[in-house]
Amino acid sequence: MNPRNVGELEHADGTGTCGNPVCGDLMIFYVKIEPRVDDIDVARIADIRFKTFGCGAAIAVASMASEMAKGKTLRQVIDMSRDDVANQLDGLPPVKMHCSNLGVQAIQEAVKDYLAKIGRDDLAAQIKGCSDKGTAGKT
Amino acid sequence: MIYLDYNATTPTDPRVVDSMLPYFHDIAANPSSSHSAGHEARDAVEKARATLASFLDCKTDEIYFTAGGTEADNIAIKGLAFAQDKRKKIIASAIEHHAVLHPCEYLQKFGYQFVKVPVDEYGIIDLSLLEQEVDDNTLLVSVMHANNEVGTIEPVREIIRIAHRRGAIFHTDAVQTIGKIPVDFNDMAIDMLSLSGHKFYGPKGIGALVVRKGIRFDALSHGGHHEGTKRAGTENVPGIVGLGKACAIASEEMANEEDRIRQLRDRLWHGLNAHVSELKLNGHPEKRLATTLNFSVRYIEGESMLLHLDMQGICASSGSACTSGSLEASHVLLAMGVPHDLAHGSLRFSLGRFNTETEIDRVIEVFPNIVAKLRAMSPLHKQDTKGV
Repeated sequence: MNPRNVGELEHADGTGTCGNPVCGDLMIFYVKIEPRVDDIDVARIADIRFKTFGCGAAIAVASMASEMAKGKTLRQVIDMSRDDVANQLDGLPPVKMHCSNLGVQAIQEAVKDYLAKIGRDDLAAQIKGCSDKGTAGKT
Repeated sequence: MIYLDYNATTPTDPRVVDSMLPYFHDIAANPSSSHSAGHEARDAVEKARATLASFLDCKTDEIYFTAGGTEADNIAIKGLAFAQDKRKKIIASAIEHHAVLHPCEYLQKFGYQFVKVPVDEYGIIDLSLLEQEVDDNTLLVSVMHANNEVGTIEPVREIIRIAHRRGAIFHTDAVQTIGKIPVDFNDMAIDMLSLSGHKFYGPKGIGALVVRKGIRFDALSHGGHHEGTKRAGTENVPGIVGLGKACAIASEEMANEEDRIRQLRDRLWHGLNAHVSELKLNGHPEKRLATTLNFSVRYIEGESMLLHLDMQGICASSGSACTSGSLEASHVLLAMGVPHDLAHGSLRFSLGRFNTETEIDRVIEVFPNIVAKLRAMSPLHKQDTKGV
């Protein structure tokens, strides 16, 4: 098992978390945005890293989602769905769709974080993001 | 392959397989048939029953062969309930196998009250709470002899005294202890006991329910006079013969085997602790099956450990939700008060007859790297934590 893009980004432009250790899966994504503008059709994911506490499926999801998001514009990332990641992985068992497929939502949280940081709370508010925001480090 | 999942199932002992082989073809008649070939099959079934009776210290006519532990639990609990309508309360420990919990929950549909008694941090039932719950309306107290996930051995004799004081019947799911530690049905005053062949080197698809003479219970399957009309269906003759052989082997070898396996298990635990920090044992430190080592690895998740172990040819199991097919971590660990993240990060190595020191040392060799890799990936793990 060799997941891609594992780790953290020291000066990340955005950080996004989804899941929590109680349900068994937690993901944190770090993104670098270039160019650092507020036009979501121009700004792209230049670099991406993640950390995850989770089962094999969660690691696979995080790895695949990070690969898919890399290089995409923020709008493309916002339009990504969890089904896209599952399809790229040739499907996930139904129970994993619910509990492990948090990658896209965590990346969207990171985009949301970036937009808020550059003062575009209006754009950030339009992103649905994660429905199960975890508390990293709280065990 | 290094198989360390003996609590899930054991390989069938080759001596057991040999004992069964004649009963697939040469002696394949129906034990109910009146020809001499049928008599021969009947003799084999009754010989196995006698072996079980002497191994368990019960009477031959107290043994009912079943398809396994789950069926035995179901007949014990539902069969007992359906045969009476005086007492309407059933009590079990919170850490029972689902083969006990689910039949008890099912009986709530029929007006039974079902009470789960909590356990302490080691998985031992709270005897004073049990005593408070057992009353004159209590039909049954069902507590496993030892837990399958953490190996904790329950104080069965005390539980039986508490149940009997109020006239309740005591059932034990002894699937994890039969063939591993001594179980004396008569001396312990057990009323009902479930066992399974494949947990102690017998074949899959065979088990037994032992019921003290005089206790009334209904059959769940009807359609023949088999097993005293309590379990209709042609006897699984090769399975029954194999179960008898597994008991015969266990009665000879159990004591020595337990010592050997305990040494291997403790070697594994000490070896892992020497190389990996922040492991937490789940289960009782002493009152525990020699076969079982369950622990939590802080900051990482169990199923991802299982996958990495599997890629190294090592079979184990976990109480993580990811392995259960549901969204819940092990009900056993949660009942013991293990926090959710540590329950998800639990791992069970269960050892048995065919494990060797070389195998254990191999696990000690590969496991630290797996933990290091997953901890490096974990958002819960702080980089400044010493060691892996």
